[in-house]
Order: sequence, then C-alpha cells, then structure tokens
Amino acid sequence: MAETLTETPPRQKLDGARQRLSDRDGFLAWIFLVPTVVYIVVLVAIPFFLAIAFAFSDVTSGNPSYDWVGLENFYRVFDDAVFWQALRNTFVFTVISMLLIVVLGKVLAMVLVADFKGKWIVRFLVLLPWTTPVALSSVTWLWLLHSIYSPIDWVLRNVGLIEENSYFLGRPALAMGSIIAVHVWRLVPLAAVIMMVGILSIPDDITEASRIDGAGFWRRMFEVTIPLTFPLIAVAALFGAIFTFTDMAVVYVLTGGGPTNSTHVLASWSFVRGIGGGDIGQGAVIALFLFPLLLAAAILILRAVRKMETI
Amino acid sequence: MAAPVATDAPSAAETARLRRRYAMRGVLSRVSLYLVAILAALLCAGPFVWSTLTATKLNADLYNPQHNPFLYNKPPTADHVMFLFTDTAFATFAWNTLWVGLLVVLITLVLGVPAAYSIARLNRPWSTPMGIGIFFVYLVPPSLLFLSLSRVVVWSGLQDSTWSLVLIYPTITVPVSTWLLIGFLKALPRDIEEQAMVDGYSRLGAVLRTVLPLLFPGVVAVVVFAFTLTASEFIYALTFISPTSEKVVSTGVPTELIRGDVFFWQSLQAANILIAVPIAFVFNLFLARFISGFTMGAVKG
Repeated sequence: MAETLTETPPRQKLDGARQRLSDRDGFLAWIFLVPTVVYIVVLVAIPFFLAIAFAFSDVTSGNPSYDWVGLENFYRVFDDAVFWQALRNTFVFTVISMLLIVVLGKVLAMVLVADFKGKWIVRFLVLLPWTTPVALSSVTWLWLLHSIYSPIDWVLRNVGLIEENSYFLGRPALAMGSIIAVHVWRLVPLAAVIMMVGILSIPDDITEASRIDGAGFWRRMFEVTIPLTFPLIAVAALFGAIFTFTDMAVVYVLTGGGPTNSTHVLASWSFVRGIGGGDIGQGAVIALFLFPLLLAAAILILRAVRKMETI
Repeated sequence: MAAPVATDAPSAAETARLRRRYAMRGVLSRVSLYLVAILAALLCAGPFVWSTLTATKLNADLYNPQHNPFLYNKPPTADHVMFLFTDTAFATFAWNTLWVGLLVVLITLVLGVPAAYSIARLNRPWSTPMGIGIFFVYLVPPSLLFLSLSRVVVWSGLQDSTWSLVLIYPTITVPVSTWLLIGFLKALPRDIEEQAMVDGYSRLGAVLRTVLPLLFPGVVAVVVFAFTLTASEFIYALTFISPTSEKVVSTGVPTELIRGDVFFWQSLQAANILIAVPIAFVFNLFLARFISGFTMGAVKG
C-alpha cells in the first residue's frame, strides 16, 4: 500500500532493546518459513527429481528396486505410436481450448462485472462448472454425450439436423471435440474471474473519458479495455492452458483414452502405463514431457505479472 | 460506431435526435447484456439443471430415446437419490472428502500463514525469490508427480488410506494459498504491527493481536479456495487409494457407481448435484474477497 512504500527502516531510530527485536525478525522470518520450505522440498522437490530418476530405471509397482537402465524407457516409449498421438492430442487440446477459453472468458467477464438484476444467481450458476469436482461434472457430460440417450442428439434429431445419433465419444474426431468442449466449459469461469480482476482495476475515469469522447462499445473494448488488461488476459490464458495441459480426469472419465487410444493425452497415457500397467519407468518418461512446456508457461505468466506491476 | 461529435452548438432537433439515439443505444445494450447473461448462465449451469431432472427420473422414463430428456415423461421419483445413500458408499465418500478437506485446509493455514507473513513482511533479501519460487511450485502439476509420490506413499505406509491424501494434498494447496495470503498481507498497512510494537508488543505478539484478526477475511477466502481444490483433485486420489471405504467423492463416484457396463445414471447425477451445489454456493459467498486477493497478489506482488 502507498503509505508503507516509504521504507524508513525503524532500525535507525531504535535503542538497544528494539535492536534485539529487529534481530529477532531475521530469526522469525526463518522459523515462519522453514516448515513450508521443508514440506515442499520433501514432497515436491525430491519427488520431482525422483520422477526424473525413475525415467532412467526399471522400477515397476511389482518390483520397486532401483536399477539403472539408461535410455531404454525412452526408446520403448518412442516406439509406441500412442505416445506420439498423446503428445499431439495434448497440444491440440491445449491450444484450441486456450483460444476458446480466452475469448469466451472475456465475454463472460464483461457480463460478470456489469450491473444487473439477478447478478448473484448468474454468478452462482456461472461458477458451477469450475467449483464442481471435475470428475463429477465429467460424469454428467458422459451422459450428455451418451451414444443412445444423449439429450444433445435428441435435440439435433428433433430439429432435423441428424438422422442417426452422433456417437460423440465413439468417433475419434467427435471424441476430441467433446473433450475440448468440456475443458472449455469447465475453465471459462476461472478465466472470467481472472479477467474480471483486470476489468475492475481499470480506473473509472478512463472508461468515462473514452465514453465522453464518443468511443462506442467495440472501440472501448479494443482500444481501452483489452490493452489495459492484457497482462491478466495473458495470466488467464496461461492458467487455462496449464489446467488443460496437465489434466487427465476429463479424458479418463469421458473416453478412457478411446476409441482405440485416439484421445489419450500425456497425463492419461502416463497413468495408463505407470499405474494401470505398473511400469513406473515408462510412465515417468511420458510425464516428463509435460515439464519443458510447463516451464515455458510459468515464465510467460511471470513476465505478464511483472508487466502488470509496471502499469 | 463512433457517434457524430457535435462540434458547434447543435440545433434543438439535432439534440433531440442524438438523445433518442443514445437512449436507444442504452436500451439495446441492456437487452443484449441480459441476453448474454442468460445464455452464459444456461450454458454453464444447463448440465446441472438437466442433471437434477435426470436424477429424479424413473428408469422407464430415462431409458427411452424417444422421450424428451428435458421433461418428466413419467412421474418423478426419489428412489435413485435414496439408492445413493442406502446402497452405495456415497455418504462415506462425502465424509472422507469433508474431513480430508478440513485437515488439509488446517495444515495449509498452519504452514501458509507464517510463510506468507515471512515473505510479505519480514524483508529478508530472499523474500522476492522465495515468493517467485512458491509460485513456481504451484505450477508443478500432480500429473508430473503422481508416480514418484505413489512410491513415497508406499514407503510411508499410507497406501490405500485416506491419510495419504492428508499428507500429499497440501503440496497443491500450500503454494497457491501462500501466494494469495502474500497478496492479502501486502494490502494491510505495515503501520498496524509497527504501532503495536511501539506499544510494547513483540513482533510475534503484534502479529497475533493485530495482523491475524485483520487478515481473517483473507484467511476465509483461502480456506474456501483450498477446500475446493482438495475436493476436485482426482489423479492422486485415484493413484493412492483403491478400497471403497477410503475413497473420496471425486474418485468414489465415477469408479463405484459405474460397475463394468452398468451405470447407475440417476444416482450419478444426484451425486454430482449434491456435491456441486454446496461447494459453488460457499465459493460464491467469498468470490469478491477471492478476487481482491488475486489482484493484490498479482498486482502488488
């Protein structure tokens, strides 16, 4: 906050008794932080390096003793066409969902910040997809996309657009589309909330001034709102991407990777290999491919946040 | 769409025309706002509304492709909702989710509040890098760690026990909560505890007596957020636990209510609604606060 930014270290005007206190600050800083750091090192940092180590080992759930096997797991993973399919799917799902999440999230954010009657109930309804455990909402979608009883098919049939059911989850292209749709449906509210933050942080007088100067809705949107909130749009986009990129619940519940392994993503394929098949070495290799992309996303988010500080 | 700007003093007729035009534009924008709002609400909540309907349908109603899926074609029934409680372990799953969530939230606060205070307030040279580090930890996803953590869980002897989730879930909630709390703390003026310290409290005493009460709204937001994350988690729960009695909602419902090819459809939908509505309701109560925390963390971080 503004009033605290003038850093006059109290230390200078302190007598001996207070000096001890400032010494204690350093001690407190450590005591406060150590439990969290220890916890994160033990259960995030070490397992992370363990995951890398497993990728070069023959560890299985039946035989967990560690033996170095070099790149053998990598060769076996690369030899499998499903891996390449999963890698491709992960990218396709992420890129398409991210674009849709940003556009729809932007629209939704505009609605959520507007003032209208029944705002509370609209917010409640709009947030449902994001706050609901993803495995449960995916089950609901499983029925919405059912091969025989799908209500979506029922509508399309009765409107006369289709004769036969679409078999949403039975055809590779439609199954991929369905998975993307569920990701978008689930993450748009989150993106909207993040972008709301941006819109709310624009000072009123800027909007007011552009309105008085005669800028219409679209002009204000593209020349005022979007440039000013760009960092938060970027954050929303990257969060959307990361959540799509690393999620396996949607794929697991909706298609289980099928039909014929055509909709696997890296996370679900790693699960099938590592836990389903018990081959932890191979699973670890597959999961490892998530990392470079996550790192890139993290750096981009951080840059966006930095940019925000300079505004 | 820029409106013609009246440069010179416009005639009365011109003014009236412009006024009508702006009024018209106002009405149109209101109408389109409501339309978009209703459409958004329908798209987002539609599956849930429809889920409620399905949960209370008779088999004979549901399993007929000719029946209108958006109406009751036969009288509604509560049997399938009751089935959830009498014939499945749903109540156990819900209870497990609840107590795991509460314990995880507690651990998160015990670790996160002091850590956030240390980073936000105690001005060590490592404060900023540590804050960034914690943010990065948040981005390490469960799908990267679940295999090695499954070994860790085996070594710790907690496999197939709900306690494994209590041990592991804070890896998800602590980083994000700390990040949010740093934001909330930066929004509180520093003078508060400095004043208390001038009045003779130690740093710790000042924190306990002045900062914590003021931080309380932020803490509540973090509690809700962390609980939501825990309840949604899927991959760890699926990996670590297989006995029915130890499962949580997010894995128990999809694995136990689908037995091979038999789907207990109405009960599945009922489970979805029973879990979704309370969480969304509570979350919504704290949305505004959550947003302000996000702004502070992001903008002032």
